[in-house]
Amino acid sequence: MLGVEQGSGQTVIAGLRAIDCDVHPRLPMEADLSPYLDSYWREMFDYRGINRLELMSYPVSTLPYRRPGYEKAAEDAASLGKALLDPLDLSAAILNVISGAHAAYDPYLATVLCEATNRWIAAEWLDVDPRLRGSLLVPFQNPEAAVREIEKYADDRRFVQVLTIVMGDHPLGQRIYWPIYEAMARNGFVLGIHPGSSYRHAPTQCGFPSFRVEEMVGQSQVFASQVASLVAEGVFGKFPDLKVVLIESGVSWLPGLMWRMSKDWKGARIEVPWVQEPPAQVVARHVRLTVQPFDSPLEAREVEWIIEHLGSEDMLLFSTDFPHRHRGELNDWPVMLPARLAPKIACDNVLATYPRLEVRR
Amino acid sequence: MDAVLETDHPAASKAGVVDCDIHPAFSKPGELAAFLPERWKAHVRDFGMPTPNVYVGALAYPRLAHGMRRDSYPPAGGPPASDLSFMQEQLLNPLNIEFGILQPLSTGHGTLNLELGAALCQATNDWQIDKWLSKDARLRGSIVVPQEDAAASVREIERRAPDRRFVQISVTPRSLEPLGRKRYWPIYEAAQHHELPISMHSAAYGARANTGAGWTSFYIEEHFAFSHAAQTNLASMIFEGVFEAFPNLKVILVEGGFAWFAPLIWRMEREWERMQAEVPHLKRRPTDYVRDCVYLTTQPVEEPPVNRHLSDILRWVGTERLLFSTDYPHWDFDHPDHAFKVPLTPQERRAILRDNAVKLFRLA
Repeated sequence: MLGVEQGSGQTVIAGLRAIDCDVHPRLPMEADLSPYLDSYWREMFDYRGINRLELMSYPVSTLPYRRPGYEKAAEDAASLGKALLDPLDLSAAILNVISGAHAAYDPYLATVLCEATNRWIAAEWLDVDPRLRGSLLVPFQNPEAAVREIEKYADDRRFVQVLTIVMGDHPLGQRIYWPIYEAMARNGFVLGIHPGSSYRHAPTQCGFPSFRVEEMVGQSQVFASQVASLVAEGVFGKFPDLKVVLIESGVSWLPGLMWRMSKDWKGARIEVPWVQEPPAQVVARHVRLTVQPFDSPLEAREVEWIIEHLGSEDMLLFSTDFPHRHRGELNDWPVMLPARLAPKIACDNVLATYPRLEVRR
Repeated sequence: MDAVLETDHPAASKAGVVDCDIHPAFSKPGELAAFLPERWKAHVRDFGMPTPNVYVGALAYPRLAHGMRRDSYPPAGGPPASDLSFMQEQLLNPLNIEFGILQPLSTGHGTLNLELGAALCQATNDWQIDKWLSKDARLRGSIVVPQEDAAASVREIERRAPDRRFVQISVTPRSLEPLGRKRYWPIYEAAQHHELPISMHSAAYGARANTGAGWTSFYIEEHFAFSHAAQTNLASMIFEGVFEAFPNLKVILVEGGFAWFAPLIWRMEREWERMQAEVPHLKRRPTDYVRDCVYLTTQPVEEPPVNRHLSDILRWVGTERLLFSTDYPHWDFDHPDHAFKVPLTPQERRAILRDNAVKLFRLA
């Protein structure tokens, strides 16, 4: 039930039939995307040097994103299967591409980057390993085209969520994005929000920090602001079936936001009369979080407090953030998470979150 | 109005309370002019006071009920907290406030014309003495400085430091750059030299969007995001090495609540473990600097649906770094008798309500 315990008493992931909600394939290059471009864009990619679009705000070539010993493990579906899915006995893994497609300033370029990347994911990954699932890239910079892309994949249930970066053009609750959410809700897509910025805005209220470590630390703020935006703008009232997954957010900041929003709502609800229940309740119903990384206190007993503060055991979803670098062995159940919740976090919560996700148990 | 006065209320704490966040107000627009040189009076009359705020003289996110306690309007007229005698009657006397620390807002910190900002800060400090500090011995002032001009800030600190009624230096966390950057270090050097803590009070506007994804639509979003500027600057000061260079500097994060604090520290620790080679100038762990140098005021106290959960937060933050504050006269005022709905030992309660502040500000 809990996976096989090693000599140390450490719960291991193999045996849980876990679903990994955050796995990163390598970035697609021009040569990968080229087969999926029309002749105009194929020429433009070449003519304008559009190739490796690694985000400055999510620089996967740098140290924190390299797990020692796994440098080539996300090169293709076969090596990913061998490095991650086989040893951890995963029943499924959701692939998240965080590239320039999310951030391009040219809305038409953003659109073709999303379209081509989705086709590359389907052909080179999902078609190769039936355990893999995709996050659909859609151009939030071009909502009409985003809706078309969602419709196009409505019947391909291997794509289970729509992925966006946490720092795009606008707070995600704003009405400009509602047509996207309408199409997602109608087709059972989840909204996945992942670190990354288009740098249209400074990542902090005080501008750009000097160090990468500061920027990493600051990302959880923007997750908080995105949750606040989605709640305050009334997205969950308008789309009552929509679920949002916060990917790599750090998790433990969320109770503070829930409490503060509920407190402020008592005094300020007249500003947002469409929010008709305490924000903490809305958040608990609609928001889910992947568990790697988890900003946790050192004592296991205190980690249980955080889960109590969340007020729900349904909100956490298993993830490795593979192949990025984190504490602990890949196959160990994250030490900070209660082993008693392993079956829920590894499977049940995930399946309850993603309506399009079906796995063989 | 009698119905809202607290004269019948048992004193909050027999030992007295230090309120670390009181907002003194002008009785009428233009009150500061009396403290400005003629040159700047004429300038303000003809060109205004440009700040990175969308409206002149109004906030981008209009406050509910003007953001004030509805019962805080002085019977004699004028805005809330503009009348000392009513502040004494409503706040200082009934709550047994032993010391009250003034946090003037709209002071010149964020004024884009730096020379004007310096003049406004100097005027604000003179105004604090004239209207408040010289009139009630319980009140203490904040040296407000034009932080984007470090040299002018240091001059203002040097001018005020001998006056022990000023107990801290006030900067806005909505700075042009993260506050750990070297351009601000002269301020910290002076602060450490004069043993004056740096106070960073939540601020309503700044030059950058209030989220990394652009501007929020609503006040209810903006309000929580105030704490993000404090988070940014705490991380910046730690990772830039401010506390390495100025180990006796104290920083107070004012009016951002505190439930976010422990998760931020855990996050800094975890990321620092992965990335410490990027910041080799840090000789200690982030937690070590926080333990020695950082304080938080309590208001607005978070209100978990299960009161007991606040105890967990207090344990993580540490009652030794919390400073009680009411945020008088703002709408989300905290009362010392009601703000902490959890069991605290008498020592812990006294530490938060009084002793931590007395020690930090050397008030006794």
